[in-house]
Amino acid sequence: MVPVPRSPDAHVGAGPMSASTYTLLAAVFAACAVEMVEALTIVVAAGVTRGWRSALEGAGTAVVVLVVIVGAVGVPIVRYVPLAALRAVVGTLLLVMGESWLRKAVLRASGHKAAHDEDEIFAETCSELETGAPAPTRRDGVGFAVAFKGVFLEGTEVAIIVISLGGSQHRLGLAAAAAGAALVVVSVVGFVVARQLSEVPENLIKAGVGIMLTSLGMFWMGEGVGIRWPGGDLAIPVLVGLFVLFTLAAVAFMKSLAPAALTAGGEP
Amino acid sequence: MATITRLARTFGRFWLDFLFGDSPVLFPATLLVVGVAFALHRDLAAAVVTVPLLVIGLLAGTVYSGSRKPTAPEAPSGASEPD
Repeated sequence: MVPVPRSPDAHVGAGPMSASTYTLLAAVFAACAVEMVEALTIVVAAGVTRGWRSALEGAGTAVVVLVVIVGAVGVPIVRYVPLAALRAVVGTLLLVMGESWLRKAVLRASGHKAAHDEDEIFAETCSELETGAPAPTRRDGVGFAVAFKGVFLEGTEVAIIVISLGGSQHRLGLAAAAAGAALVVVSVVGFVVARQLSEVPENLIKAGVGIMLTSLGMFWMGEGVGIRWPGGDLAIPVLVGLFVLFTLAAVAFMKSLAPAALTAGGEP
Repeated sequence: MATITRLARTFGRFWLDFLFGDSPVLFPATLLVVGVAFALHRDLAAAVVTVPLLVIGLLAGTVYSGSRKPTAPEAPSGASEPD
């Protein structure tokens, strides 16, 4: 493959930390943390019912597969795709993802959509897995598969965020490190306080990630199609502030609509 | 061969769900916003005002419609929904 010449601002990522880099780190860390809380619930359920060995092997294998995907897809993207095209595509993807997270967070916060209940997910996963559970010390295909699927599915979105955010800023390593740090923190905290996973303010974190992804997505999509934002990177905190205000206003407005909307068949 | 087909299907289903699963309007409308951004990129003032307003309008519309329309219940296990 022949490397495509870079645009003049291709040096981005080699310089000092900027507003977009801090937002990148925060977004990757928070997104990874919130997805890992969900994944950990499934891994703990698989470990408790089917044995820890298979559950941990399944989770570990999924993490390795995700790391390989990030390396195999992310590195060529960073090296060969022109920055403007990369930012336009990645910005659009991040915008869609951010809008989706933010939309769900507003609906959940205003009572129009059921919030994730980690205790309920834990109990349901346990009851599904308890049938024919093997001795805790033996290898178990079901425990491995459930833990693998949980970690892989929750982690795929994190992999997309790491590749997108890291690739468009040429800071793939930094983005991957932020995801890895979140993985370690959530794993340690999760196993220490496994019973309190439901107390993690998941919807609040998701709203924050949605706001950051939407802001970064809009910023990079704009840069990609040729918009030069006033103040450069400083436009990102302004966009974040704008979407924080929107979220607060939307939640307040939707709460006022709650009774009518729910009788009309709001999202479960 | 069957494994490759299954993987391709899973991959396709993931992206279909990723782009259209939550709200079928979100992705096409976002592409429209990108088109508007490209059309306005030479007029900085218009672009930096219009693009954020369009996204806010899009979000407000899909949030409101999400509260009115009944949708499929969430999967019972968090393992089947990657959010």
